[in-house]
Amino acid sequence: MAGKTLYDKLWESHVVHEEADGTCLIYIDRHLVHEVTSPQAFEGLRLAGRKPWRNSSIVANPDHNTPTKDWDKGIEDPISRLQVETLDNNIKEFGALVYFPFKNKDQGIIHVIGPENGTTLPGMTVVCGDSHTSTHGAFGALAHGIGTSEVEHVLATQTLVAKKSKSMLVSVDGQLGKGVTAKDVALAIIGKIGTAGGTGYAIEFGGEVIRGLSMEGRMTLCNMAIEAGARAGLVAPDEKTAAYLEGRLHAPKGDNWTKAVTYWSTLKSEADATFDTVVVLNGAEIAPQVTWGTSPEQVLPIGSTVPDPAQEADATKRTSIENALKYMGLTANTPLDQIQLDKIFIGSCTNSRIEDLRAAAGVAKGKKVASNIKLAMVVPGSGQVKRQAEAEGLDKIFIEAGFEWREPGCSMCLAMNSDRLSPGERCASTSNRNFEGRQGPGGRTHLVSPEMAAAAAIAGHFVDVRSA
Amino acid sequence: MKAFTTLNGLVCPLDRANVDTDAIIPKQFLKSIKRSGFGPYLFDEWRYTNYGEPGMDCSTRPLNKDFVLNQPRYQGAQVLLARDNFGCGSSREHAPWAIEDQGFRVIIAPSFADIFFNNCYKNGILPIVASSEQVDSLFKECLANEGYTLNVDLEAQVVTTPSGQSFSFDITPTRKHNLLNGLDEIGLTLQHADAIKAFEQKHQAAQPWLFA
Repeated sequence: MAGKTLYDKLWESHVVHEEADGTCLIYIDRHLVHEVTSPQAFEGLRLAGRKPWRNSSIVANPDHNTPTKDWDKGIEDPISRLQVETLDNNIKEFGALVYFPFKNKDQGIIHVIGPENGTTLPGMTVVCGDSHTSTHGAFGALAHGIGTSEVEHVLATQTLVAKKSKSMLVSVDGQLGKGVTAKDVALAIIGKIGTAGGTGYAIEFGGEVIRGLSMEGRMTLCNMAIEAGARAGLVAPDEKTAAYLEGRLHAPKGDNWTKAVTYWSTLKSEADATFDTVVVLNGAEIAPQVTWGTSPEQVLPIGSTVPDPAQEADATKRTSIENALKYMGLTANTPLDQIQLDKIFIGSCTNSRIEDLRAAAGVAKGKKVASNIKLAMVVPGSGQVKRQAEAEGLDKIFIEAGFEWREPGCSMCLAMNSDRLSPGERCASTSNRNFEGRQGPGGRTHLVSPEMAAAAAIAGHFVDVRSA
Repeated sequence: MKAFTTLNGLVCPLDRANVDTDAIIPKQFLKSIKRSGFGPYLFDEWRYTNYGEPGMDCSTRPLNKDFVLNQPRYQGAQVLLARDNFGCGSSREHAPWAIEDQGFRVIIAPSFADIFFNNCYKNGILPIVASSEQVDSLFKECLANEGYTLNVDLEAQVVTTPSGQSFSFDITPTRKHNLLNGLDEIGLTLQHADAIKAFEQKHQAAQPWLFA
């Protein structure tokens, strides 16, 4: 019999009950909660007269609606304010292990604060009413996004009704070139397998490149697993994982730490484990990536030209390319490095951690944002990230270069607060989705790494950061 | 949850692949703390020519006449015919809430995104996976015949076209049972409360740091 995969181990260690058709009740260790997808779940709990099964599993924080400047003015939009206050009230009523209300010094994007406070640990099951929960798989936790009905189900029962996914190994071998990041690896994988390539799968990322990534890089990669269609992405924990977690607020301490690290060392796929699908990429062949369309799979290496729909044989794909070019205001065969930009966004649960900001600042240092850029903004992922960046002087580098240095939050990744693109505006963004209207109605999003976004800000158009 | 048994419904064809949940219901409507009232904002950016805001009266907004949902022949549709990877992107359950509130009870596509697919079942919507060839053929028939309807029988797991052709679809027995009977999933799970408690104790003994 073949050995177990990491996914097998995580799944099997959480099955509470199994029906004859394979439908299982899975125990949930950590429940992350934000203001957008939780109000109806808490209301459902209240209407049914139920209580949370284990409120110490809850880590909560508003992030989508919160403004990134003028915090002294509060939240101006009354509908946004009500949603944030509703979370305040729900946590007050039902309780949580961690709650950082709006303006708390540690508030931030839920997928940034979870790991940095040691509330995401290897071997856990982690859920959140948010598709980018896949981020936490970077720690070897089985983590995935759920809907609001499931948020209520987890609150009430500490379990999720689920069926086991198929398993996929994405192995990225060799070494990454200079200027090539975890974001480029994620986009290259999506470009190869497509946005539905991972549908029905839990993806384990392995290979020399993945082992070489920092925890921040692994989080970027797993964050984008959902953009490949996979609810969960996984990286086996190793010494980097333990080094990242040691000493964090809710990480195990003393004897528990020793026991935990011993247990975590067993969380890996066995050498003779088999996967339903295996995809292999050569790290050396991955160049910095830029999306040109309205789906993350519409991506190409810098140095390429915008695709020509006339060259596409498949009718549905041809229509998709035509629709995308029309929406994006692009002409076929235009070199990517000639695309002029209006705005730059560095932030989001994909790329707002300290390492991302260091990398972007490294490119921007001593330079100036180009005159055609109307706004270049840097939005740190959390209060902790912001303080760390300021301690290192990164804020000054950005401000001197002409970037705005903002307060933490989801910001223009999805433009639920007032940070958004105007119709027709074109943005180089370190976020995760280039869907129509994602960053504002009529806005045009190109997904890139923090280095590529910073280099584009300086040049006013895309450039190859390796030669910038 | 609303039960689903059978439906004979008008079909609306949405001929786009990779329809994401941002397109199904844009972010500004996610600020609502309610579960209902999203129907008028379904596909908001494609459906209207002005920018939609929560609370807006949609009956006076300018319509994009080219968008299928606005065409007179598809008014009252209950079956949404779609392309590959329908419902990709964000986990927002507001997407199925908007679809259901608009009056759709069935979505047929060659493939769905996982989270969206799962969210449909929690809201009395039946998502049906059909082969690409089957979906192609339904698109052709639907476009060629005004008033095109499909008959969907969940118990038999069969979809029948007006000309009497039919195809079957898969669904797990658990989902089928819950949907046919409109069951409250939380209530069902709590029947296993003792098993959850027993698991929790064993889990805590093995990994006490998870409960610190």
